[in-house]
Amino acid sequence: MPRLHDHFWSCPCAGAARHLSPPRARSAPATRVGGMIAATRSVPAPGAPDAEPEPRSPRADAGSWHRHLVQRSLVLFSVGVVLALVLNLLQIQRNVTLFPDEVIATIFSSAWWVPPCCGTAAAVVGLLYPCIDSHLGEPHKFKREWASVMRCMAVFVGINHASAKLDFANNVQLSLTLAALSLGLWWTFDRSRSGLGLGITIAFLATLITQFLVYNGVYQYTSPDFLYIRSWLPCIFFSGGVTVGNIGRQLAMGVPEKPHSD
Amino acid sequence: MTLTERLREKISQAFYNHGLLCASYPIPIILFTGLCILACCYPLLKLPLPGTGPVEFSTPVKDYLPPPADSDHKQGEPSEHPDWYVGAPVAYIQQIYVKSSVSPWHKNLLAVDVFRSPLSRAFQLVEEIRNHVLRDSSGTKSLEEVCLQVTDLLPGLRKLRNLLPEHGCLLLSPGNFWQNDWERFHADPDIIGTIHQHEPKTLQTSATLKDLLFGVPGKYSGVSLYTRKRMASYTITLVFQHYHAKFLGSLRARLMLLHPSPNCSFRAESLVHVHFKEEIGIAELIPLVTTYIILFAYIYFSTRKIDMVKSKWGLALAAVVTVLSSLLMSVGLCTLFGLTPTLNGGEIFPYLVVVIGLENVLVLTKSVVSTPVDLEVKLRIAQGLSSESWSIMKNVATELGIILIGYFTLVPAIQEFCLFAVVGLVSDFFLQMLFFTTVLSIDIRRMELADLNKRLPPESCLPSAKPVGRPARYERQLAVRPSTPHTITLQPSSFRNLRLPKRLRVVYFLARTRLAQRLIMAGTVVWIGILVYTDPAGLRTYLAAQVTEQSPLGEGSLAPIPVPSGVLPASHPDPAFSIFPPDAPKLPENQTLPGQLPEHAGPADGVHDSRAPEVTWGPEDEELWRKLSFRHWPTLFSYYNVTLAKRYISLLPVIPVTLRLNPREALEGRHPQDGRSAWAPPGPLPAGLWETGPKGPAGAQAHGDVTLYKVAALGLAAGIVLVLLLLCLYRVLCPRNYGQPGGGPGRRRRGELPCDDYGYSPPETEIVPLVLRGHLMDIECLASDGMLLVSCCLAGHICVWDAQTGDCLTRIPRPGHRRDSGGGSAFEAQENWERLSDGGKTSPEEPGDSPPLRHRTQGPLPPSLFGDQPDLTCLIDTNFSVLPSASELTQPEPRHRVGCSRAQDSVGYDFSRLVQRVYQEEGLAAARMPSLRPPSPRPMLPQAPEDDGLSLEKGSPPLAWAPSAAGSIWSLELQGNLIVVGRSSGRLEVWDAIEGVLCCSSDEVSSGITALVFLDKRIVAARLNGSLDFFSLETHTSFSPLQFRGRGSSPSSSVYSSSNTVACHLTHTVPCAHQKPITALKAAAGRLVTGSQDHTLRVFRLEDSCCLFTLQGHSGAITTVYIDQTMVLASGGQDGAICLWDVLTGSRVSHMFAHRGDVTSLTCTTSCVISSGLDDLISIWDRSTGIKLYSIQQDLGCGASLGVISDNLLVTGGQGCVSFWDLNYGDLLQTVYLGKNSESQPARQILVLDNAAIVCNFGSELSLVYVPSVLEKLD
Repeated sequence: MPRLHDHFWSCPCAGAARHLSPPRARSAPATRVGGMIAATRSVPAPGAPDAEPEPRSPRADAGSWHRHLVQRSLVLFSVGVVLALVLNLLQIQRNVTLFPDEVIATIFSSAWWVPPCCGTAAAVVGLLYPCIDSHLGEPHKFKREWASVMRCMAVFVGINHASAKLDFANNVQLSLTLAALSLGLWWTFDRSRSGLGLGITIAFLATLITQFLVYNGVYQYTSPDFLYIRSWLPCIFFSGGVTVGNIGRQLAMGVPEKPHSD
Repeated sequence: MTLTERLREKISQAFYNHGLLCASYPIPIILFTGLCILACCYPLLKLPLPGTGPVEFSTPVKDYLPPPADSDHKQGEPSEHPDWYVGAPVAYIQQIYVKSSVSPWHKNLLAVDVFRSPLSRAFQLVEEIRNHVLRDSSGTKSLEEVCLQVTDLLPGLRKLRNLLPEHGCLLLSPGNFWQNDWERFHADPDIIGTIHQHEPKTLQTSATLKDLLFGVPGKYSGVSLYTRKRMASYTITLVFQHYHAKFLGSLRARLMLLHPSPNCSFRAESLVHVHFKEEIGIAELIPLVTTYIILFAYIYFSTRKIDMVKSKWGLALAAVVTVLSSLLMSVGLCTLFGLTPTLNGGEIFPYLVVVIGLENVLVLTKSVVSTPVDLEVKLRIAQGLSSESWSIMKNVATELGIILIGYFTLVPAIQEFCLFAVVGLVSDFFLQMLFFTTVLSIDIRRMELADLNKRLPPESCLPSAKPVGRPARYERQLAVRPSTPHTITLQPSSFRNLRLPKRLRVVYFLARTRLAQRLIMAGTVVWIGILVYTDPAGLRTYLAAQVTEQSPLGEGSLAPIPVPSGVLPASHPDPAFSIFPPDAPKLPENQTLPGQLPEHAGPADGVHDSRAPEVTWGPEDEELWRKLSFRHWPTLFSYYNVTLAKRYISLLPVIPVTLRLNPREALEGRHPQDGRSAWAPPGPLPAGLWETGPKGPAGAQAHGDVTLYKVAALGLAAGIVLVLLLLCLYRVLCPRNYGQPGGGPGRRRRGELPCDDYGYSPPETEIVPLVLRGHLMDIECLASDGMLLVSCCLAGHICVWDAQTGDCLTRIPRPGHRRDSGGGSAFEAQENWERLSDGGKTSPEEPGDSPPLRHRTQGPLPPSLFGDQPDLTCLIDTNFSVLPSASELTQPEPRHRVGCSRAQDSVGYDFSRLVQRVYQEEGLAAARMPSLRPPSPRPMLPQAPEDDGLSLEKGSPPLAWAPSAAGSIWSLELQGNLIVVGRSSGRLEVWDAIEGVLCCSSDEVSSGITALVFLDKRIVAARLNGSLDFFSLETHTSFSPLQFRGRGSSPSSSVYSSSNTVACHLTHTVPCAHQKPITALKAAAGRLVTGSQDHTLRVFRLEDSCCLFTLQGHSGAITTVYIDQTMVLASGGQDGAICLWDVLTGSRVSHMFAHRGDVTSLTCTTSCVISSGLDDLISIWDRSTGIKLYSIQQDLGCGASLGVISDNLLVTGGQGCVSFWDLNYGDLLQTVYLGKNSESQPARQILVLDNAAIVCNFGSELSLVYVPSVLEKLD
């Protein structure tokens, strides 16, 4: 299935910018992934101490609450950007064999706006999840710990990896497999109705936006096999949404979860 | 009772049993698991190591056809061809391997000559090859038609444009350095410079331009001024697009014909196909690295949750090991059953780890840790397991289910992944259950021991401060928790470890393990080995020579070794003969080549003293390309933007070409600058030639040798300096006597006292002990409170000393005797009075001061009316007369006493003094202690015969003074200025230490007091009959001369308070605390511990004498007990065992068989337990683990004498001396001799005072030793 990515993610290594790929939508999943990584690193260090759980915040004074919000969104944004870059690499690496220098160059040359979009999307989704949780009045209690978040992130990257590397017999198989994997991800790490709903919504919207961009020519798939890409995009978006939501919730829970280690 | 519930119960039961099993036999189970892991991983050995190295496959040359592009036949015979052997290769590579040498070698040849003329021949060869044309029936075929045509180089490689062929056949030779232009070559003054001009400056592993053009690894080429081989070799590399057997054959035949290689045995019968794997670029690595980062973050966050265990890192490691080895097992098992992993291991590994996960392990840990702490370890493990069994099983089942679903996606890769994951999950479960659980049990056990020391006593735990997860223990404690909290100050734990600075600890570690020494030794050995091996006259040369002689292939493999010409017999003495081997056919073409001289033109002078190596071909030459970097071919092709990734090339058999040049050719090919630039004069000059010629090559060689020797010498010197430096450092840093006994239960023998094992005698101290003399007989009991020191000898005398100065403050003679010193008068008067009452039996109301036992038996009589007898004594000489008024006079008593004893003028009459004098002398005489001398500086009263006076005065019979009557002193305690004395008669006395006055006494029980505890206002007396009496002291100024208090169970507690300030009440009696005599009694932290001959210990609460626990565990009488403020309880018994107990729960923590024979004394520090036994050993145990650290052999008879000054300073007594030991390392620090006659008496008892002075009773003397110097040293 390498083709998928090639097409989708554009980035011809030879420099032939035949296809501009990343639609805004895709930014969402990528965003998430990258975000998680960034979260792993940044959250424990600077992010965590400040990040205040959202549910607790109403009592806190507005100033610090806003500050925490900004910090969380920053963390999520960086997560999104990093994941976008990494997943982009995963997609284009097929073409890459001999001359890594140029590959690195192409990552940044093509569609510069994609990573920022991914970051923004990640921030939005990551803030949205805890927000919806608190609105629905059912705080998310399932597996609230960083280890689980890391696991979730790893599985998400794994799904991307699989979609990039594995050869499937046909599109149906591909989408079925990915759908199963995504649902498994949701069930393993989320299990909340709001998570499922939001994930599906995100997947739907993101796919729609992507198609819209493609139709308008802003963005292009690299391969004419349109169905093929369409078959895996929603799944990636869905699992990305769930993952970033997971990070966002964990961030919203904030510090108290962390220092118990000592 | 649904099915689920029943299942659940079953599972939890099974887990419970399993937990018990694991915790019971940890070591065998761990061993078994390790074996399982090893067995399962065994198939992995057969697995090829993963990597991106090329894979080879050979086919015979004969009838070779490129494999068909379509892989139809692949299914049929899968084993015959590898999967990648499909379709035509990218290219066929033909190497023409040229070896050439100038022969015979002549003295006047330069080092440059070795390769200059051979290289010049490359141009001819290339020309020949280019012009080779195959003519046969089908027409002509030129090289251009079959070779691989290359186009432009990559844009980034412009600087190589002139060096690598473009737009034509890909044909590489060293000639490319000079654009294949012989003239250019000939005009080049600096060949080596040209060749190396494109070499990268930095270290680089992949193929360099020189490697590419020469086609042989750099060191084989011989293009170097310092080579001693004098043979140049290079290849000409031809790359073919198509395989044209006939063309290749003709080319090979022609070259072989032109340049025959006589002793070449190449078979040239197989083609080698080399397949290159996919290359991993940075772009591919980044996602991988990301995955790994996530993985590590996951592991980090997971293991961070492990808490409340002894060693977090240990358990985290165990968890990771569990997961990793389960992965290995899964791969191993899959391999065993014939599944060859095709996935990239490095890629799927993190996902596998994440899928398998650490969750179960964490859940297990948490659950076990949260079981009640006071349970046995086994039970804790079992409970923890069974409580989480259901969730663990559910989890495993769920994951298996998910993975099985994944298996039905029917995507081969996913299926394989799932297969691995399933097996991994199962083996992970197996490991969790066996390996991790067992490790956890070991850890918990360790923690229990360590935790015991730190645990707070219940009194200091507020209910809110309860640690989570330990509720059960506190429930149990609830019943016995005392009503009044007892404040206990715990040493903060940080203090315990701070004693030794970190750097010292490092140094100690180094010293203990002798790390530095060992490293130096190992390094030296290796270094010497290397020296011996590489030395020019060393082993390698010798070995090589040996191999040469035996090798049938001649000296082909030995070419690199310089052998002096004299060593080996010259096989070809005739130079002409050596140039032209007889069997080599003469080649007409050779002579047509330009620049070639007639072959018989020998060296001009005919003198040659060194033989050039014969050109030989060994089997290793046939596949010399293997020695090239495996990136060689990919690099070459990548220059033309051709990738070899996942494709293969075919290497044709090498064509060997031998070139022999004679010296003249070499000379002619020389560049005029060679002579000048090299260190030999220009060749053509005859004069210079002959003079300096010999120096050329020999000089180079000698130069090389000299460098080598220089380097060796320098290295040797440096090594020696380094070793010396390290030794000095080691000396400086490490103490000379590092603690060997720290390692194991070593026994430190202290033979000659002041000498150590290492002959190191500790500093003879300047400490002079202060000797306190005054006792007539051996000292039996000692007590101290830091300021004062009380001793009691066998004769029954009690002396009170100032612990600081060593002055004797008071002497209290035994009841029958006069006190000889200052306070004497009071005493004597007292006795007087007693005697009166005794003798006359006139007073039924006998005061309880110090009368003999039989008066005590008159218990039912009203207790003494006269509590304040001593006062009377100085006032009254005629007792009878004063008696009635005595009670009135009580109040001013102390004053009086002082007055009496010191000034003796206040109240006393003259004759009273006389009487006293008489008394005393008499008393001494009667006691048959003529040598008794007043030790104190006070003015002494002349001793008066006491008995006489008494008998005279009262006329009472002397039988009242029988020693048995008063009873000997069995126990002694001191606090403040009150001395508590327990006598064998069962009498308890409280004395004022300063005044020497009996304050009060109690003697309603006639059973001897075996042990006493005097702890702030409380006195506990243990008696021979096993009962315990609790007294409380009251200081009051009330006038009541008599106090009577009855309480609860105590039948009729009569308390006689004889002084106005102190009253002693019997508050409780525990009539039958033990069945047998109580032998040990200690109190601390609000607890009282008794040890008895009935093999049990009992723990009482001090407040209300409530018995909390009865501790059973010894199989002999208890001899000693230790308890301290941190509620550590240790006991030793006649069975030689030491038990550590948990005072909070009454459970036995550990049990050590310590000594052969009784344990005689026992004490603890924060980290160890120190015991001494009848076997004259002092053993030091680790308190948390119960492992013996080391033991000290004591002198005979002073086994029990030991004391702990600080946490790491131990004092032991010896024959006439005391020794100080560093407790942590078992080092003897100092020995202090107590007297000149050290042979005489062993130090039997050691008492540690607060100011770090030590008192040991040393026969009849006491020695006061201050140890400031030792303390300074420690701090």
